[in-house]
Amino acid sequence: MKLHEFQAKELLAQYGVPVPPGKVAYSPEEAERIAKDFGRQVVIKAQVHVGGRGKAGGVKLAQPEEAREVAGKILGMDIKGLTVKKVLVAEAVDIAREYYAGLIIDRSSQRAVLMVSKEGGVDIEEVARTNPKAIVKFPVDPHKGLRYFETREVVKQAGLEGNLNRLANVIVQLYNAFVGVDASLAEINPLVVTEQGEIIAADAKIDLDDNALFRHPDLAKLREVEAEHPLEIEAGNYGFAYVKLDGDVGVIGNGAGLVMYTLDLVNRAGGKPANFLDIGGGAKAEVVYNAVKLVAKDPDVKGIFINIFGGITRADEVAKGVIQALEEGIVKVPVVMRVAGTAEEEAKKLLEGKPIYLYPNSLEAAKAIVTMVGGAK
Amino acid sequence: MSILVNKDTRVLVQGITGREGRFHAEQMQAYGTKIVAGVTPGKGGQEVLGVPVYDTVKEAVSNHEIDASIVFVPAAAAADAALEAAHAGIPLVVLITEGIPTLDMVAAVKEIKDLGVRLIGGNCPGLISAEEAKLGIMPGHVFKKGKVGLISRSGTLTYEAAAALSESGLGTTTTVGIGGDPIIGTTFKDLLPLFNEDPETEAVVVIGEIGGSDEEEAAAWVKEHMNKPVVGFIGGRSAPKGKRMGHAGAIIMGDVGTPESKLKAFAEAGIPVADTIDEIVDLVRQKLS
Repeated sequence: MKLHEFQAKELLAQYGVPVPPGKVAYSPEEAERIAKDFGRQVVIKAQVHVGGRGKAGGVKLAQPEEAREVAGKILGMDIKGLTVKKVLVAEAVDIAREYYAGLIIDRSSQRAVLMVSKEGGVDIEEVARTNPKAIVKFPVDPHKGLRYFETREVVKQAGLEGNLNRLANVIVQLYNAFVGVDASLAEINPLVVTEQGEIIAADAKIDLDDNALFRHPDLAKLREVEAEHPLEIEAGNYGFAYVKLDGDVGVIGNGAGLVMYTLDLVNRAGGKPANFLDIGGGAKAEVVYNAVKLVAKDPDVKGIFINIFGGITRADEVAKGVIQALEEGIVKVPVVMRVAGTAEEEAKKLLEGKPIYLYPNSLEAAKAIVTMVGGAK
Repeated sequence: MSILVNKDTRVLVQGITGREGRFHAEQMQAYGTKIVAGVTPGKGGQEVLGVPVYDTVKEAVSNHEIDASIVFVPAAAAADAALEAAHAGIPLVVLITEGIPTLDMVAAVKEIKDLGVRLIGGNCPGLISAEEAKLGIMPGHVFKKGKVGLISRSGTLTYEAAAALSESGLGTTTTVGIGGDPIIGTTFKDLLPLFNEDPETEAVVVIGEIGGSDEEEAAAWVKEHMNKPVVGFIGGRSAPKGKRMGHAGAIIMGDVGTPESKLKAFAEAGIPVADTIDEIVDLVRQKLS
């Protein structure tokens, strides 16, 4: 789960990381009031769950008297499909140097890895591509935590200039926050050294580990459902793993691996999937019925491909759910099915004579549904 | 022969009194797995499915010889349960539970490895040595005894591959579902050496997917050390960047985890990659002929 910059900064501040004073505004008038209270130059920043806000024009400097106009331009702006509904109005920082400090979970070392770079204020993925040596990485021992001496060594190695103890201190606080809120990513970019030698987190990003949200009920409440697709919200209520995609073939299957593979097959056949939907293991007819209903509701869907390999899930239970949805007349598009595995024969018997195109092979089924929705694109 | 488990493996089931634990313990018994005891804190003294239940793993190991434990404990307590088994000296721990906090796994994986214990999972279907023993939640009937070792990050796709191998007459030795999470106890490259040494395994199928660099590391190992043919598969090749498709581990971040990188690594290691599950059988046949 993604947090907004202002939320990430509030959390970091709780762990001692210095952040510029700032407040959230929902209207140009509110932005002006906040800027006038600060009484000095501010930076007004769109708060949306997407990267590249600066390039899109969602981050602007303003004097207090300009704040209303600048905020008015940013509020309501569309950034990569998301409407800006709030802005952070923060005191502008006198930047002398811009650095990067971040923590991620690294699969290879199976640890949280600290990354520090002199090349701050820019997209760190870009730095990783063009100048990987500029990023110093340090896998943190989960039982010992990040120690000050280790952090000082990393800071030196990365070539950061400024008060060494203060820099190390902020980075250890960042690590403590990362662990404390169960983040999957926490970064300060830029980590600013000001003209006065102060160290301050001018921008911050935190992604929380969804699996650990049960430990942080206050943070779980910050989830913004309006940022998700309405069908994704509905799927969440049913307990499905569902991702909306931009094609026209609805895809339903059991098991994340099988569904991903089914998307690949639709693509191979020249089509484009409209969604990923995993009904999970051991699904009963009702679950399948809800899945078909949900996918059929998507106006983008011109055909549905249901791919089932019965294991713990019984293929005949799946068939019953599909048939129920068909008989209620909620499916107006062609349905292609491939069933195999546990209770395959029972499923085929149930599906006999039903308005469903049954294929024995996944790739053949994928080709068929792509033809039915108008052929390869 | 097989790797890690066989018909003589004596198994403990942690969480045996829960709905999932009980259901799958019964299925495992039906498959022939030798379950000797169960553990559920607070439920010690009961008997479930003909085996005694203990409050702690420590009590279970002081009363029984145990070779492996399978964990069906809810996510919030799952890493702790795996640690309990490792500290009690059980050499193999299979963690089925899905949705375990990542930092719990980071800490547990290190500690369990430091203890010299092998952890499979979490968020995995477990492992099965065909027609011998099943420590997992897979449908046993699709696994016929044969000569192919199977390792996978996926569940259903593994069953499908196993069914295809069984139907073709090639069959499987041991199949290991390593799990779909970013932090797991055992990766592909940890298992390849075991299959390389197993006299019954003649070829290995690696079912990978996008995200992370496990496939690349496996390919590097194969290139250097493997003396048996390996066939690969990559799921999620068409998935968009940055979108999580069910498995938390199956996500492309920046340039890491792309299908291109994995296909390149497999090609460099001489591992042919099947485009469809059915093609896996053809490629294994070609490699073995």
